[in-house]
Amino acid sequence: MKKLFYSQKLAPYVFILPFVLTVIFFWAVPIANGVLLSFQDVLQDKWVGLDNYKRLLSDKIFLKALANSTRYMIGTLVLLIPFPMFFATLLNSKLMKKPGFFKSIYFLPALTSVVVAGTIFRLMFGEMETSLANQVIGMFGLGPIKWLKNDLTGYFALLLLACWRWTGVNILYFLAGLQSISTDLYEAASIDGANKWQQFTRISLPLLKPTTVYVLTISIYAGLAMFNESYMLWKGNNSPQNIGLTIVGYLYRQGIEKRAMGYACAVGLVLLVIVMIVNMIQLAATGTFKKEER
Amino acid sequence: MGEKRKKKDRLCTVLMLIFFSILAILIILPIYTIFLASFKPGGDLLQYGLNLGIDWKRMSLDNYVLLFTGQHNYWRWFFNSILLTVITVVATLLVSAFVGYGFAAYEFKGKNAMFVVVLLILSVPLEVIMLPLYKQMTNWGLMDSYIAIILPFVAHASTIFFFRQYLLGLPKSLMEAGRIDGATEYGIFFRLIMPIMKPAFAAMAILNGMNAWNNYLWPLLVIRSSEKYTLTLGLNTLINPYGDNYSLLVVGSFFSIIPIFILFVCFQQYFIEGMTAGAVKE
Repeated sequence: MKKLFYSQKLAPYVFILPFVLTVIFFWAVPIANGVLLSFQDVLQDKWVGLDNYKRLLSDKIFLKALANSTRYMIGTLVLLIPFPMFFATLLNSKLMKKPGFFKSIYFLPALTSVVVAGTIFRLMFGEMETSLANQVIGMFGLGPIKWLKNDLTGYFALLLLACWRWTGVNILYFLAGLQSISTDLYEAASIDGANKWQQFTRISLPLLKPTTVYVLTISIYAGLAMFNESYMLWKGNNSPQNIGLTIVGYLYRQGIEKRAMGYACAVGLVLLVIVMIVNMIQLAATGTFKKEER
Repeated sequence: MGEKRKKKDRLCTVLMLIFFSILAILIILPIYTIFLASFKPGGDLLQYGLNLGIDWKRMSLDNYVLLFTGQHNYWRWFFNSILLTVITVVATLLVSAFVGYGFAAYEFKGKNAMFVVVLLILSVPLEVIMLPLYKQMTNWGLMDSYIAIILPFVAHASTIFFFRQYLLGLPKSLMEAGRIDGATEYGIFFRLIMPIMKPAFAAMAILNGMNAWNNYLWPLLVIRSSEKYTLTLGLNTLINPYGDNYSLLVVGSFFSIIPIFILFVCFQQYFIEGMTAGAVKE
């Protein structure tokens, strides 16, 4: 028995055993339980078939949460991919001095916990005339705004918080990608008379594709599953008219606050399916599945 | 031509420096406002919000005095966070490196299927399984314990993935040499492989440490008793403005950035490596 444990045949299985156990007990069982729970009304302890899912489709608050999460995800994709890519390209240029210094500064917000970052932004976007956000618009002669009580201004504050925290990290991703591109390519292109813009669109952009796909994938995932940022910005899960409610926020509200575990599990599974589908579409559209492109 | 070109280049450099400096100021601004606020009375925050105003007459070190000598649980939370972070990092690194080595060093039946599972888990948000997992932890009697926070994630998919990538380039001759010397398969991992994984450990220690230090939602569900609160959970209890809460919140928030900031300054290279590990294709 002892000999078998040490044999070269069995050893690999021993090595991956912790992962196998994790998958079984902390992923497969919970997901299976989640599926089972989603067909039940846990509060009344009875099976309800597809009722939870049917209810979701006509649940206005869930649809609002779905819209909020989607809107947030799209906003972060628009702001947190092209701009960091552009900034990284500039920082990577030979003409730029001290890129390392700037890189470190831009990374700082990622070090703050979401509790701290959310609190800072909540107080910066306070509704009093003296909050930073109102002081800034005051300089342009605009009156104080109740930032976190209106739909669009709240969305703006949320996106700004996301940009503040993640611009630096995404710059790092793109810089790492850019630095793996051989400088010979740019030199050859410049000898052939290609200008900077052509070099960017013909060399950097295509060769950055793996990095872009990676950032796109994690942004979609993180955007749709966002909870903490809105929870901190609105000081809890109850924002006015649910302007800050996200899918995970709704899951938390139903499952933890209202103890409607079955309904909440249905919300979780819908989120899982949405994330999977969106990522599949994205990976297919960017050609990641195609073998020949490697 | 050379002269003109040089001038143009210099102009580019200056413009870029100006642009990136402005961006840097904008990014530091929120941290600066909370730094300023840490010297202002906590009540001011409620009344005026965060801003860049400096009124020397109202500024004092009172909040810092409160932080270091007052009656509150801040340091307990701080200690809990450090404890939890250290245990999480050590356990996660050890277990994930063990698994990652299994994937990188051996050929075995079911390996590809299992590796697909690693990739699959990478793309499933934890939030999806959060509630059933919460229920399961309750059934197992692990609620309100740090074990429930750590255990489900010690074999951590993205960390395993990173270690596997790192170890793929490993020369098989190293393992053969170990076997000839009479080491067991596990001895090879612990004695020969682990020592050469130091840079990978550093990068993952920082990434996992950062996540553990800032972790919020899962501990919020698991932890019940206030003496087990971590810093993020504890700070969040201060957002209701009773008594000294806001004074402690603002100075405590600012102070919580400091340990991780010091780590960042010392090990910057590893932070960047850890963060960007997945972004560049294998």
